[in-house]
Order: sequence, then C-alpha cells, then structure tokens
Amino acid sequence: MPIDFPTIDVTALLPEIIVIITALLVMLFDLFISPKRGLGHLSLLGLTVAAIACLMLLGASPAPAFQNMAVSDGYSLILNLIFIVTAALSVLVAMSYLTGQGMQRGEYYTLLLFAVSGMMLMGAATDLIIVFLGLEIMSIALYILAAFNRRQMASGEAGLKYFVLGAYASAFFLYGVALIYGATGSTNLHLIGRWFTQNPAGLSDPMALVGLGLLLVGFAFKIAAVPFQWWTPDVYHGAPTSVTAFMSVGAKAAGFAALIRLLMSSFGQAFAPDWQLAVAGLAVVTMTGGNMAALAQKDVKRMLAYSSIAHAGYILVGVASATMTGVYGVLFYLMAYAFMNLGAFAVIAVLERRHAIGSVITDYAGLAARRPLVALVMAFFMFSLTGLPPFIGFWGKLYVFGAAVAAGLSWLVVVGVLNSAVSAFYYVAVVVQMYMHSPRSPEEAAEAEAPPLNLSWPVTVTLAVAGTATLLLGLWPAPLWRLILFGVFG
Amino acid sequence: MQAYLLSVLIFIPALGAILVMLTPRHRQDLIKWLALVITLLALAVSWPLYFNFADNVVGYQFEHVLPWIPALNINYHVGLDGLSLFLVLLTTFLSAVAILSSWTAIAERVKEYYALMLLLETAMLGVFVSLDLFLFYIFWEASLIPMALLVGIWGGQRRIYASVKFIIYTMSGSALMLAAALVLYFREGTSDLPALVAGLNLPESWQVWLFFTFALAFAVKVPLFPFHTWLPAAHVEAPTAGSIILAGVLLKMGAYGFMRFAIPLFPAAVPFWTPWLATLAVISILYGAMVALAQEDAKSLVAYSSVAHMGFIVLGIFSGGQQGLSGAVLQMVNHGLSTGMLFFMIGVLYEQRHTRLFKDYGGIWVKVPVFGVFFLLAVFSSVGLPGLNGFVGEFVILLGTFKVNWVAAAFGTFGIVLAAWYLLTAARKLLYGPFNPANDGLRDMNGREMLIAVSLVVFFFVIGLFPHIFFGKINPATARLDTLLKAASTLAGW
Repeated sequence: MPIDFPTIDVTALLPEIIVIITALLVMLFDLFISPKRGLGHLSLLGLTVAAIACLMLLGASPAPAFQNMAVSDGYSLILNLIFIVTAALSVLVAMSYLTGQGMQRGEYYTLLLFAVSGMMLMGAATDLIIVFLGLEIMSIALYILAAFNRRQMASGEAGLKYFVLGAYASAFFLYGVALIYGATGSTNLHLIGRWFTQNPAGLSDPMALVGLGLLLVGFAFKIAAVPFQWWTPDVYHGAPTSVTAFMSVGAKAAGFAALIRLLMSSFGQAFAPDWQLAVAGLAVVTMTGGNMAALAQKDVKRMLAYSSIAHAGYILVGVASATMTGVYGVLFYLMAYAFMNLGAFAVIAVLERRHAIGSVITDYAGLAARRPLVALVMAFFMFSLTGLPPFIGFWGKLYVFGAAVAAGLSWLVVVGVLNSAVSAFYYVAVVVQMYMHSPRSPEEAAEAEAPPLNLSWPVTVTLAVAGTATLLLGLWPAPLWRLILFGVFG
Repeated sequence: MQAYLLSVLIFIPALGAILVMLTPRHRQDLIKWLALVITLLALAVSWPLYFNFADNVVGYQFEHVLPWIPALNINYHVGLDGLSLFLVLLTTFLSAVAILSSWTAIAERVKEYYALMLLLETAMLGVFVSLDLFLFYIFWEASLIPMALLVGIWGGQRRIYASVKFIIYTMSGSALMLAAALVLYFREGTSDLPALVAGLNLPESWQVWLFFTFALAFAVKVPLFPFHTWLPAAHVEAPTAGSIILAGVLLKMGAYGFMRFAIPLFPAAVPFWTPWLATLAVISILYGAMVALAQEDAKSLVAYSSVAHMGFIVLGIFSGGQQGLSGAVLQMVNHGLSTGMLFFMIGVLYEQRHTRLFKDYGGIWVKVPVFGVFFLLAVFSSVGLPGLNGFVGEFVILLGTFKVNWVAAAFGTFGIVLAAWYLLTAARKLLYGPFNPANDGLRDMNGREMLIAVSLVVFFFVIGLFPHIFFGKINPATARLDTLLKAASTLAGW
C-alpha cells in the first residue's frame, strides 16, 4: 500500500523562505556584530536575494504549495515585490533613523523581516488558516516594533493600543473563519468558492453572511478602513517613524492582498453584487473620513497617518470594481504608495530629532532654502500622494478609479476624485511651508543654521530611490504596468 | 524631421530646466542667459511649424505617435491644427518675453525661478499639442505646479493665499474632468482624441453630463464668472513674468479645451449648454468690465479686464458658427499679446516704484515719453482700435454672435464700450494729469524693455493689418468643428 506523502513544493514559496532565513541569520549575527547597522546591510542582502527569486519565478504557471494552502502565482509574486520594496526602503530609513534616536538594536531588523514574511504569506495564502497565520506573524512583529522606542511613553502607548485593538481584529477574523467553515465545510478559498457556486443560495445563509461580514471587519481593521480606523493616528504617531513608514504601507498592502484574494476567489464576480456595495460604502466613508481628519492636522506625521486612511479608501474603490482590471489597479497603486509614502516618511525621519520633535508642519518652513533636494523630493511625494501628474500616484488613482468606472460605479469615482481634490489642501500645505515660508522665530532660524540634517547615506539612498521612482515611473509607467500585467497574466 | 518637430519643441524647455538646475547657484548670469537661449531656441524651433503649416488641410499636421504605455493602449500622440498653431507660437513667444522681462526683477532663488519658467513652458506647449486624453490631462495638471510655485515664492504680499487658492480652484475644477476621461477611456478602449471623435457614439444624456465635467474644468481656467475669483488674486500677487504667462497663455488653455475636447467629443451636448455658457460669458464681460472700472491698482484692473476679455472669447466659441469660433481663436492670441504687454508695462513701473496704485502716479508722460507711447499702444490694442489686433478678433466674434443671438451681441458691444472707458481712464490716471513729484526719479524704458515692447507691438500691427494670413490657417479647423456641431444638432433634432 503506497503511502501518500503530501507534496511540499518548497520552490513555490522560495521568496518567503529566503526572507525567513534572513531573519534567522540576522538574529544569529546579532550576537556577533556590534555596530547593529551592519544587520541592516544583511537584511538588505536577504531582501535583494528574495526579490531576485520573485523575478525568476515570475511568469511561471501558478504553483500550488502545501496542499493548496498557499500558491505562488503572479499575484503573490507582484505583492512580494511590493513588500520587499517596502521593507528595503524601511530598512534603509531605519539604519540612520535608529542611530539618531539612540535605539539601534538588532532585533529591530529581525522583527521587520518576520513581519515581511507574514505579509508575503498573506499574499500567497489560499486558505483562511494560512491567511490568519500570516496576519498574526505580521501583526505580532508590528506590535513590538510600534513599542520599540521603549523610553518614550507615546511609543509604548502605540504598541499597546495596536496590540489590544489588533487582537480584537484577529478575534473577529477568526470568528469569521469559524462561521465560514461552519457554513461551507472548508477553509480553503477555492473550495469555499466552489461551495458557493454550487449553492448559490448559500449567501443568504445567515452563518455565511455573518462570517463574511466578520472577515471584512478583520481586514478593515488591518487596512485601517473607517469605521475601524480609530487606532491609526495614535499608533502611527507614537511608533518610531521608521516603523510607521513600514506599517502604513506594508500592513495595508498585506491586508489588501488577502482581502482581494478572498473576495475574488471565494466570492468572485458571480457574487460581486453581494459584497460590491458593502465595499463601495466602506470606500466612501474611508476616503471621506480619512480626508476630513487629515485636513485638521498640524503635525505632518499625523497628517500622513490620517491620509493613509484616505488612501485605503481609494484602493477600496479598485477592490469594489470586482474585476481583474481593478486588481491591476490596486497592485499598481500599492507599489506607487510604497514609493511615495515611504519617501515621505523618510523625509520626516530626516527632520525628526530626539523625542519626536520635528514633525510639526511649521518645522518644514523654509526647508527648500536649507535643503533644496530634500524639499524637492518631498514636494514630489506630496504631489504624487495628491494624485497629480506627472507623478506615479496619478497612474495608481487613474487605474483604480477607471476600473470602478468600467464596473459601472461612476458615482463612486466622483466621490473619489472630489476627495482627491480635497486632499490637495493638506498635501500642498507642506509644499507651501517648504517653499513659500521662511523659518520665522529666532529659534527656528538658529535651528536652521545649527545642526545639519541627519542625511546619512542610507536615507539618501531611500530618498533618491523613492524620489526617482515617483517621478520617472510617473513619466513613464509602462515598465511597471508591463511587470504587473505580465505577472498576473503570465 | 517634421514628425519630430513638435516633440523636440515640447522637450527643449524641459531639458533646459534640467540644465539650469545643474548650473551652480551663484552663476546667476549664466542661468539667465541659459534660460533666454533655451526659450529663444524653442521660439526658433516653433517657427518652422508656421512656415510648413499647410493651409486648407483638414486634420492634424506634424503628428507624432509613440507607444507610451502599450499595456493600457495609451499613446504619446501630439499634433497641430489651426486651433493650436498660433497658441503654440504665442507660448514660445511669450515665454521668451517673460524670461527677458524678469531679467532684473528676479534676484532671489534665480535658479529655481528660471527652471520653473522653463518647465511651465513645456507643460503649456504640451497642453496645446496633446491629442491623447491622458497626455493632455498630465500636461494640464503639470502646468499648475510651476505656476503655483511662481506665484507663491516670488509673488507679492498675499502670495501664499493667492497660490493656494489657484491650486485648489484649478484642481477642483479638473477633478471631474478626469472622471469623465476615465468614462470615455474605459467605454471606448482608447484615449486617443482623433479615434474618440471619430468613433464616439454616446447617448445624448451621457454627452450632456460628460460635457459638463469637462466644461467645469475649462470654465475655471478661462475663468468664467462665477469661477473667476482665483484670477485677480493670482494676477495681482504673481511676479510680472508670471502675470504675463498666466494671462497670456494659461487662461487660453481653458478656451482651447472647449474647442479641442469638450465640443468635438460631445457635440450633441453643445445645444443644451450653449445658453448657459453664453449667458455666463456675457455676465463675465459686463461684470469684469464693471469691476475693472472700480480698481485702484493697475494690475488688478488688467486682471479684471482679462475676465471680461476672456468672456468675449467664450462668447465667440458658443456663438454657434464658424465665424465666432475663428474669431475666438484669433482673439486668444490677441488677448495674450495685449494683456501680456499691459502686465509687462505695469511691471516696468513697479520694478522702480514698488507700487501699482494709480494714486501714486500721474502725469508721468513728461518723464517717460517712450513708456507712454508703448503703454498707449497696449491700451489701444486691448480696447480694439481698428488697425490693431484686438479689433479684428472682437469684430469677428461679434459678427458671428450677432447672426445667432443679437441680444448677446448687444451686451458684448456694450462691454467694448466699458473696456474703452476703464482702459482709457487707466491711461489718463497714469500718464496725464498733474505730475506727481514722487515719480521724479522714474527712468524711461531701457534697451531690453524696448526690445520686448517693440517685438510685441509688431504683432499688434501684423495681426491688425493682415488678419487673413491668420484666418487662412485657422479656418479649416474651425470649419471642421462647425461641421461636427451641425451634424450633431441635426442628429439631436432628428
């Protein structure tokens, strides 16, 4: 009698595995390397290898792994690239930021890499259990990272808040998984999808409906969609800037990764009418709520935190379209968001001095005169986040909104573009400060003279990469589109 | 070579901006000369467009198509016809004028200033030659950033307010245009303008709404009453060169947008919206003129007069005939030249006296006769004295309008009377009357300033005396637009 060995296709999840091995190596080398910044180099090396692995796997036919619990397909690989770009840029920011803040410790990089591996798992997961595992791997690492600046109250508060609310979200999510399992008899996304196709009446089953609702709530927490966004501003503001940068992009992208996979493969286009309106409604309140709150902020870090809620709303517009067109749009948007938002946070990290001073908007007054290049890239990021051409953010919005138009959700797009116009208020305010104001009070003037900004090479690289990508991919987005379309279509 | 001419032209200033950025900060003279040479180069490259432009050709010339984002079927597509030819020439010409006029006026952050001026030129040229919806939108929005920075950094007292207002107004106006462009793109599978115009088969109710979203963006840019409030603020606060470009070229983008995009894409909506737009145009003419009458600041007088003059142009566009359309195209060029000159002249005074209030001047003709002559010429051109450029455009527009709607034409004519009133009053307050001793130190125009003034005045006369040269190139394009409109209105009637 032949024994049925489960096939474990390791190569399919190669990028994930490389990242995990790197994390372990970093943990190991932490014992021997004394300037901890060196661990940053090691992390970058591992991420680069993982990126190469992703690019090599790209274009191959989808490879299910671990008994159909995960898959390596174009979608997951493109997402992996997004996570890797996010992680690499955050590592670069952290390398100089942590030194400046006096908390350069090895476990930072280990935790960051573990978080990335969790995100990658969420992108690849085709089973709700794996989604949950990925979610928890990512979240736990992020809880600790948020509280990483343990000498500072705000940071500890951020970690605690994030942990408590995140645990709630996980509980909701898990409850949802249980109900879905109860209704359909499976946790596998495809099997769930098949079950619903065979029992179209299944969606009127309260158990399945509540289950889906709870899953949506869980994801809404992770992507910081209104009305589940209450944790965002405090957590983003209190966490060390390099962590905020990382989680505002990475955790959001991971949440979307799993959400889209769930909606598209389990409740695909046939069931779109059932959830489309819910997602569209979520998009409307998220865009509008995030924008309105961001308008009132005087602190740039907080402003970016609230505006990241608004961005989740724009991305939800693409999700609501429930088509592959929307998925490309979301992927492009997430990549664009990685560059521009990380870039913006890198600038904040550069300006920030001890004890989180330096993120008030008036600290940016006259930056253009002091640091023309830093101000220039910051202006790029702000315009790009607004969605102004010729920057990369424009194309993301264009396609996400376009997909919704094609899906017949024109009213949603009108809300979206009006929101974009509103967002110009607070993004442009930063540019106005940098270019049109000069430092006013004598202290500010002295400050402007005194310490040179913390522009070490890693952060310079971050700004250069993010700034160049924001502008060049805005002028010529064709390569990125080709990569995404090639990746997803093969 | 002809195929590349437009693309080369568009990107000369952008490359120049990069060169300027790479020049060391302290080499201010080098930066100025570099910027001037680049704008002159662009000017030189733009003239072959005129000489090689074939009259009586229907369709686009100098077309250039390159795959830009093949995955999305979006192409880089540029081309030129009678609607855009003279606007391109106006842009290259006024850009050189603007650079030359800032020669001594701009002393701070010289490098950034000239780089932004050059980027602005690229964006404006791009707007006038784009034949792809998204390419157009990109240039359209891209022109916003340098202009806002020019106003906000080098402007007057309330520059930040003016700059932010400018950004918010124009961005809000264009936001919905993007949504409409997306509707077209995803419905038709292309964003190519000629392909869209040829293949579009939208139900009338759609056209009405899509036209509205485009029209909103253009109405803000023109600006049409009641969307005009950003304009006086921006004009008054902008540095001289900024005002020249803003009034000379940027406002034209709105009027041009109506003719290039809104009307040909949604012709069936035109009959529906014409009464509204024509009414707003008439209100703009009268309101702009009345408010201009009450101004004490010379620059805000010219700013409000722009609202009135642009109202004329919109009236021409929606007069419902080819004549009005042709007149509107020519009047766009005329307004660019005359208002550009007026702003420049006021800048000459302002640079010396740092005031623009009429009460600070008076009787200065005796001190600055050359200035006086040129200022009067600019005023005459602006009020539409026969023999000068302004007359031709206004006359043709009124003629076209009169055929269709004599009431609007009558109001328009009244607007001309008002224009004569406030502009001549302005000239009187500045140049004549008792001499204000505060202006004792005023010097007359120097060589550089005279060079600018003469080069503008030449065109006043050329257009005024030989308008047929221009109409010969404009008419085929407006005739085509007219045919499109007529076809659509018969369809709508059917």
